[in-house]
Amino acid sequence: MLKDIDRIFTNIYGLNDCTLAGALSRGDWDGTKSILERGNDTIIDEMKVSGLRGRGGAGFSTGMKWSFMPKVVGDRPHYLVINADEGEPGTCKDRDILRNDPHKLIEGALIAGFTMRAHAAYCYVRGEFFREAEALQRAVDEAYAAGLIGKNACGSGWKFDFHIHMGAGAYICGEESALIQSLEGKKGQPRLKPPFPANVGAWGCPTTVNNVESIAVVPAILRRGPGWFSDLGKPNNTGTKLFNISGHVNTPCTVEEEMGIPLKELIEKHGGGVRGGWDNLLAVIPGGASVPMLKKEVCETITMDFDALSAVKSGLGTAAVMVMDKSTDVIAAITRLSKFYRHESCGQCTPCREGTGWMWRMMERMKIGNATIDEIDLLEEVSRQIEGHTICALGDAAAWPVQGLIKNFRPLMEERITQYQAAQANAAE
Amino acid sequence: MNEQNTIVEQPTSFAFTLENMERVKNHIAKYPDGKQASACMPLLDLAQRQHDGWLPRAAMDHVAEVLDMPPIRVYEVATFYTMYNLKPVGRHHVQVCTSLPCWLRGSDEIVKRCNEVTGTEFGKTSNDGQFTMTETECLGACVNAPMMQIGDDFYEDLTPDDVERILNALKNGETIKPGPQNTRHGSEPVGGLTTLTQGAAKGEGS
Repeated sequence: MLKDIDRIFTNIYGLNDCTLAGALSRGDWDGTKSILERGNDTIIDEMKVSGLRGRGGAGFSTGMKWSFMPKVVGDRPHYLVINADEGEPGTCKDRDILRNDPHKLIEGALIAGFTMRAHAAYCYVRGEFFREAEALQRAVDEAYAAGLIGKNACGSGWKFDFHIHMGAGAYICGEESALIQSLEGKKGQPRLKPPFPANVGAWGCPTTVNNVESIAVVPAILRRGPGWFSDLGKPNNTGTKLFNISGHVNTPCTVEEEMGIPLKELIEKHGGGVRGGWDNLLAVIPGGASVPMLKKEVCETITMDFDALSAVKSGLGTAAVMVMDKSTDVIAAITRLSKFYRHESCGQCTPCREGTGWMWRMMERMKIGNATIDEIDLLEEVSRQIEGHTICALGDAAAWPVQGLIKNFRPLMEERITQYQAAQANAAE
Repeated sequence: MNEQNTIVEQPTSFAFTLENMERVKNHIAKYPDGKQASACMPLLDLAQRQHDGWLPRAAMDHVAEVLDMPPIRVYEVATFYTMYNLKPVGRHHVQVCTSLPCWLRGSDEIVKRCNEVTGTEFGKTSNDGQFTMTETECLGACVNAPMMQIGDDFYEDLTPDDVERILNALKNGETIKPGPQNTRHGSEPVGGLTTLTQGAAKGEGS
């Protein structure tokens, strides 16, 4: 198990002083100027060496992403945009950073902004996180007042502003190009890529969008050294990670653990075990609603990292672990997710706009068994028509849970249909 | 997508108060010169707060005027995002999360008790004008499920009895402390920490 001394988020539960004084006592803002003095290229190299992969779900190398920004600032300014539009069902890690450890985020933003030659960061916070945005704003005000950001951030000579932009209830704005559209005051509908944001992002300027957690771990990595971070976890899946354990466990919680921790250990040590014991486990969705579920057999041995989970055709996603025990009607659970995607489709691409609604209506019938066996194949086929045929990944994310259900629980779906048909036949007699 | 029925009696005019005009200026100042359209979302939120929690057409037109935007661009934004209420809401806007993590932990029972206590249901406002009930997608407090949002505050780790207590208190004009309604402070495991037990001295963990 990860030692406390290696934990980055030492106030993740908000049990200690959340103000600047508290943050300073925990080591935030310590020698930030000297980190900046290492220079852009060194910082990017160290980030690459640390092996940090983006914590928002896609798992792309953060150092690599930063290196895509233009090396020289032309007539278009550069921007850092922080994605705090946390809305993936099961995920609530960024919320805890915003409200309890906000100075890590602001310090990380300064370092990231400086490295990418951006004088401003915009943090896009989901609209429902009103109190969290208040907490972040308090921390931003403290940082300005202490000269940590502003005209001469940390005495480095670098001007750096940090702004909060509130969303208004659209999951799709967690997709980076939709987020940029929204930041520009438009409907949050994803853009076609290319051009990528590093060339044409917010207001047509070079922009990098990073997740809250990715930015908030940057100061610790650079202060302790990239080797410290890369020694934790597993090769290509380094460092620590915030996990959210929800659903049918005895003690749901947020916890920072080492990447690659066995799922079973995570659930038993921190989640207090599966309700009714490990053998009462039915399935786990390991990384937010958008990744396929794992059956119990896989959960026995799987480790929580990008590569291990993609090898079993699931994903680490946001590391939001949703546990379902044997009392769960798994068809109803996936129906609920289908409803979610239907609600959150932005309506731009026809396969997603029409397909998510169609899948949800079909799933509502599957839930009670009011279908025919061959409609399961039709459902599978339609999900394949959505997957890969849309501008953004929401269409894929809507298709995968349904495909995962069919793959793992097809006999249950067939049984329900048979039962329904038998009940109908009985009623007709 | 925002799926509200917007056929509702509309006021004929709307203007920001002087105090809110100061806030408007602050919002616009956050964005690059000439990109004031970026302030559309915060201004719509501000207008909604000024107008008893909902956005009439006149407010959208006013925001369009202030930001020098074509009104249709503002309508697009107002009708896309679910947090803009396009018709009047009750004094307390109760938004219950029924997404998967909350559902797994009994949000059906939470919804049921909400309906009983408020005497209304999702998409409707109670006859006394106290409560509007809305079903929401994941609100991002999944390890404290089930939960609901009332106004700007989250109420977490709910039992049906907690719901009854909270809603009755609001009916009587009292306030209840937001956050977890059990013994938890935040997102830590109930019954004792499993991490961060060795203290967090300076330098550690950062």
